[in-house]
Amino acid sequence: MATMTMIEAIRDALDLALTEDSRVTLFGEDVGYFGGVFRCTAGLQQKHGVARCFDTPISELGIVGAAIGMAAFGRRPVVEIQFADYMYPAYDQIVSEAARMRYRTAGEFTCPLVVRMPTGGGIFGGQTHSQSTEALFTHVTGLKTVVPSTPYDAKGLLLAAIDDPDPVIFLEPKRLYNGPFDGHHDRPVTPWRGHPLAEVPKGRYHLPLGQAAIRRAGTQLTVLAYGTMVHVALAAVAETGIDAEVIDLRTLLPLDLETITTSVRRTGRCVIVHEATLTSGFGAELAAQVQAECFWHLEAPVERVAGWDTPYPHTAEWDYFPGPARVAAACRRVMET
Amino acid sequence: MDPAAPPLRLTFGAPHARPGTAPDFSDFPVPEAGAMRRPPVDTPAEEMRDLAFGMIRILDDAGEARGPWAEALALDDAAQLEGLRHMLTLRAYDARMLLAQRQQKTSFYMQHLGEEAISCAFQRALRPGDMNFPTYRQAGLLIASGYPIGTMMCQVYGNDGDPGRGRQLPVLYSSKAHGFFSISGNLGTQYIQAVGWAMGSALSGAEAIAAAWIGDGSTAESDFHAALVFASSYRVPVILNIVNNQWAISTYQEVARGSVGTFAARGHGFGIPALRVDGNDYLAVVAAARWAAERARRNLGPTLIEHVTYRAAGHSTSDDPSAYRPSDEGASWPLGDPVARLRDHLIARGVWSAERHAQAEAEILAGVIEAQKQAEAIGTLHQGRRPSPAEMFDDVYAEMPPHLRRQRQQAGF
Repeated sequence: MATMTMIEAIRDALDLALTEDSRVTLFGEDVGYFGGVFRCTAGLQQKHGVARCFDTPISELGIVGAAIGMAAFGRRPVVEIQFADYMYPAYDQIVSEAARMRYRTAGEFTCPLVVRMPTGGGIFGGQTHSQSTEALFTHVTGLKTVVPSTPYDAKGLLLAAIDDPDPVIFLEPKRLYNGPFDGHHDRPVTPWRGHPLAEVPKGRYHLPLGQAAIRRAGTQLTVLAYGTMVHVALAAVAETGIDAEVIDLRTLLPLDLETITTSVRRTGRCVIVHEATLTSGFGAELAAQVQAECFWHLEAPVERVAGWDTPYPHTAEWDYFPGPARVAAACRRVMET
Repeated sequence: MDPAAPPLRLTFGAPHARPGTAPDFSDFPVPEAGAMRRPPVDTPAEEMRDLAFGMIRILDDAGEARGPWAEALALDDAAQLEGLRHMLTLRAYDARMLLAQRQQKTSFYMQHLGEEAISCAFQRALRPGDMNFPTYRQAGLLIASGYPIGTMMCQVYGNDGDPGRGRQLPVLYSSKAHGFFSISGNLGTQYIQAVGWAMGSALSGAEAIAAAWIGDGSTAESDFHAALVFASSYRVPVILNIVNNQWAISTYQEVARGSVGTFAARGHGFGIPALRVDGNDYLAVVAAARWAAERARRNLGPTLIEHVTYRAAGHSTSDDPSAYRPSDEGASWPLGDPVARLRDHLIARGVWSAERHAQAEAEILAGVIEAQKQAEAIGTLHQGRRPSPAEMFDDVYAEMPPHLRRQRQQAGF
């Protein structure tokens, strides 16, 4: 089976969606002729025509606002925000409009749209090209929030998101676009080629939103992660020698609580890892759920490893990034309790 | 440092009168009815800039219909009488709902007093399938498209007859079948959505056009500017309406507009043809709306229309305008009352009379009261049948996710 990068897998999903569903329409900044700054839509305008995949003015509010109207008309817009950091002008449209359209009209008008955004750091992008904004979406009821960590998942989750009847925020960890980055920034880059989870079948397949994946089975400790941090967690666990179970959440909302609680009840220990800042991050929600559901099984306090509560710094990027050393240290601390 | 340079300063827009001073519209120019030219719909925007600065007016002070816009309109007597009935219905409906709010049958209400012509008239330019993206002061679109006022009342009361299941503030109606998109409580958001909806229509090869609505104050929102950029960029089949009723709650329209130019003129910065219309002139609004709709249907692109009017009552039932403007200012408003102007025109034409008008008012009020009785038989905000609170958890998603099911259980449903 062919292996793909995450970029190629996303492009393959978009290509299929355009081919199979005439309602699907792609637009965003630089996504048309050029194919997107990360190349996720490269060639799609040439193949499907300008009316299916086109460039927009630089207005995130305009992109999402127009997508809402288009979705209400009956099309299936899949829009790109060039960096998740740029989404703030569109936030009112996402939160007050897209997320609540079904509710406020008792189902008369709906918003089946997908907003794709590259997220996360590790590319020396500074504080405006590195943010992880997932908690700003998981706090908004009416949205679904998805973060893939492999090319295989990216395609299956994106196709499911496009077919979903509700608005989906699709966060693409940009540091995973070209390889399974494990946080060792000082080592040679690992490409997706040859990775088992980069084997992407031809044709349509869906991964249901709301299902986590166990990336490493284990008995001593449960590590909850998503996006880039899945690979960081796997590297960190391997370095500690702890027999940890690493769960890739894949969809943050709706959350696969059952997979999480089944694991933590068994291991009695839990470390939560995300790249976004710590305070009020999605890890806080996970920690609250874990203690509520697994309190009598816990052998140690739940630990969170996250980005420091600072803006994403440019030159100090690798001191900010919650890399394998910090994750491994947290795992050891939890095991020592 | 230049010793001759003055210290820098700002200009703060202010209305001409405040409470305690006499109303003053002396510098509000009212062009003569019939004077504005009517260019062909395919005229390039730059060749009709004058239409963004003057004002399309048809009805003169004597009730005569004048000028090229009137000649092109061809609206027969029956249609004009129907328009009058729509406005009277909206006015009677407002009066009853205002009273109902004072009687605590609902939490909140927003009336249209003085602005009835705009939404009632505009709907005439639309066809089934077209979609308005309204603000909270365009209920005339619903009335003119035949939506039952009893159902509107159920929405205002949030009772079991409310199609929106009591989830939205009073007056935030929605009806896809009547071309009336769900009203948001946030200002301006619908403007770009209307553009997107019309893009969707065009991308689907459909025939439906969209109409966006916004108030003078909300044109300052980024959504307005994004909408104009997108509408212009893709030549979208959309009509971009601005209702300039002079007041954004207590803020005079000059604060959003600046002290020069017009709201209509903003279209020209985007290459969008723009009309400025006497919003209290039912015939002028129909004429302008049809001109703009024809442009949209012929793929000539968007049109901006500024409807000039006056908010004769408070912003809402929570507002007391006597705190920020002279209480008799409305009486001095130079464009008059929209209902009286169409009535006088029909009387001057000999197809209507003061007696028939009074009779029609009484009949319409009786009909509204009857609808109100039926709506109240279902319930009001605090009494009667309301949607079950268990429904609170429905429609957040198409399918209820596990966490919401758990919360619904915890809430006791």
